[in-house]
Amino acid sequence: MDWRQIWEICSAPDNVPIVGLIPLLGFYIYLAWKQAHANDVLIEQLEGDAALAKTHHRKTWPFKPGWQKEVHVWPFLLRIEFLAAIIVTIILMVWSITLNAPLEEPANPNLTMNPAKAPWYFLGLQEMLVYFDPWIAGVVMPTMIIIGLMVIPYIDTNPLGSGYYTWKQRKFSIGTFLFGFIILWVAMIIIGTFIRGPGWQWFWPGQTWDHNRLIYEVNRDLPDIFGIASNLGKAIFGAIVVGGYYLLGGFLVYSLFRRYMGKDFKRMSLLQFGLTQFLLLSMVALPLKMGLRLLWHIKYVWITPWFNV
Amino acid sequence: MADENNPNGKNGKVGLVDRVKEDIQAMKVDIPTKAKEQIEGLKDPTKTQVYTSIFRHKHDDTPRNRALGVLSNVFLHLHPAKINRDAVRYSYTWGMGGITFFLFIILTYTGVLLMFYYHPSKVQAFRDVLYLEHDVPFGKILRNMHRWAAHLMVIGVWLHMFRVFLTGSYKKPREFNWNIGVLLLVFTLLLSFTGYLLPDDQLGFWAVTVGTNMARATPLLGHEGPFGSMLGMTPYNDVRFGLLGGSIVDANALLRSYIWHCIGIPIVASILMIVHFWRVRKDGGISGPAPVMLEAEGDKPRRGPKAAGE
Repeated sequence: MDWRQIWEICSAPDNVPIVGLIPLLGFYIYLAWKQAHANDVLIEQLEGDAALAKTHHRKTWPFKPGWQKEVHVWPFLLRIEFLAAIIVTIILMVWSITLNAPLEEPANPNLTMNPAKAPWYFLGLQEMLVYFDPWIAGVVMPTMIIIGLMVIPYIDTNPLGSGYYTWKQRKFSIGTFLFGFIILWVAMIIIGTFIRGPGWQWFWPGQTWDHNRLIYEVNRDLPDIFGIASNLGKAIFGAIVVGGYYLLGGFLVYSLFRRYMGKDFKRMSLLQFGLTQFLLLSMVALPLKMGLRLLWHIKYVWITPWFNV
Repeated sequence: MADENNPNGKNGKVGLVDRVKEDIQAMKVDIPTKAKEQIEGLKDPTKTQVYTSIFRHKHDDTPRNRALGVLSNVFLHLHPAKINRDAVRYSYTWGMGGITFFLFIILTYTGVLLMFYYHPSKVQAFRDVLYLEHDVPFGKILRNMHRWAAHLMVIGVWLHMFRVFLTGSYKKPREFNWNIGVLLLVFTLLLSFTGYLLPDDQLGFWAVTVGTNMARATPLLGHEGPFGSMLGMTPYNDVRFGLLGGSIVDANALLRSYIWHCIGIPIVASILMIVHFWRVRKDGGISGPAPVMLEAEGDKPRRGPKAAGE
C-alpha cells in the first residue's frame, strides 16, 4: 500500500475540488432522500385517506390555520442570502490562504506530461476515450449529453413530483438521472482522477504509479471473433450489430414501458417516446461498451474505412 | 458722466459703506439662524434632499416599506416582495443557484483585478503569473481565490442542476428555463476551461492540448474525424484550427482563450443569466416546496377553469 501515492493524488491542488465534491454529493443526496422519503410517507397517507387529502396542506412541514402563508423577502430571504454570501466568502478566503492554486513549469510542447489530464470536470470524457474513438467520446457523446439534458423537460411527461422531493412518484426519471449523473459522470471522473496513472493505465488506489509499467493486452474487434475478414463484411456486420442493438433495445424499452409504466407511455407522443428510447439506449451503450472492453478485450464493434464504433 | 450714471454721486459711496454695515448686521442674525436650522435638519438626515433623492421611501418597519425596500431597489427587485413561507427553507433549495451567481460575481471582481497584471502573450504570460505570486501585494490570494472560486462554481452549477432535477422543477412551465440552465452549465465549463490555459504552464498547456485534440475528431469538421478528410479537412483548416488559431496550442491559442475567457463567454453567459433569472420570476418564482400531488390528480390541470371543474 503506497500511502504517499494516495496522498499525492488526493492533495494535488486541482484534485481537491473533486475530493470535496464527493462528501458534498453524499450530503445532498442524503438531504434529498430524507425529504423525498418524508413526502412519500405523506403521499401514501393521503392516498389512503380522501377526507384528509382535502383538508391537509400537503406539506411535511407544520402549518396551522392563521399562520401567514407568505413572508416578506426583506428580511426573511435576504438575510439568508446575505449569510450565504458571507459563508461562501469565508470558505473561499480560508481555502485561498491555505492552499495555493497549481502552477507548474512553463508550457513546454517538447515535454509531454504523463499522465496528461484534462481539467477534473472533463475527466469523465477523457475516461470515455478508453472505450470509444475520440469522435464519439469527445464530440458526439458531449453533444448528446447536452441535447439529452435539454430535451428532458419535453420527454418527461409525468405531471407528478413538480416542486417537491419524491422517489415513489418518479422512480424512473430519478433513477435514470442518478445513473447518468452519479455512475456515468461522477464515477467516471473519480476513475479518471484517482485511478488513471501514467499511460492512462489502471492503478488501484495505493498502487504506485509506475512510469515503466507495460500492460500486454491484445484487443480484438468483434468481427474478428466471428471470423469476418473482408472490409465490406466488417462494415455490414457492424451496422447490423449496432442497428440491432438500437432495434432490439428499442423493443425492450417499449415492452418495459408498456408493462411497468403504462400511464407514462400513454401520455407520450411517438416523438417523445422515440427520443426517450434513443437517448436511453445511447446512455446504456457506454457501460455496455465498457463491459465488452474490460471483460472480453473487444475494441471495436463496427469497423468501416471512415469511422469505427 | 459719472454722476449721470450714478445719481447718488458722492452719496453713493457713503451709501455703499452703510449698506455693507447693514448687511453685516443682518448676517449676524441670519447665519446663526440658518446654522441652527441646518443643525436641526441634520438631526434627522432622512429628511434631507440628498437622502430622499437616493432612497425613494421611508424605512419605518411597516409591511409597505418592507415590500418597497425590495421592489424599489434595482438589485433586489429580482425578488418578489413576498414569498411562500416554506420557500426560504435551505433544505429545499440548497441555495446553490444563488451561490453560483455570487461566485460569478467574485470571479468577475477578482478576474478584473488579475487582468491588470496579465498580458496574454507567450513571452509575458507565465512571468506575469510568477509576478502575481511573488511580488504583487495580495497577488497570490487574488489568483488563488479566482482559481478556487472557478472550481466551486462548477460544483455549484452541478449541485443546483441536481436539486432542480430532483424536485422536478424543470416541469411545466419551467421547461425553457431548464434549457437556458443547461446552456449556462456549458458556458460555465467553457469559462473554466478557457481559463485553464492562461497561466501558460505545463498543466494548462497539456490539459488544453488533450481537450482540443478531441476537436480533430469532429465528424465532418475535423481532419481526423469521420468523413473529415473527404471534405478537405487538414490540420490547417479544420475546427481545431479555428479554436486554437493554429495547428498547435501556441501564442494565438493563448490570445483566443484570453479573449473568450475575459470577454466573449462572460458576455454571453451574463445575457443568459439575465434571461434565466427573469424567467424564474416569470414562471412563477421558485418551484416549491409545492404541495404534494396525488396519483389521481396527475392528469388534472392544477389551475385555471378546468381545475375548478368547469
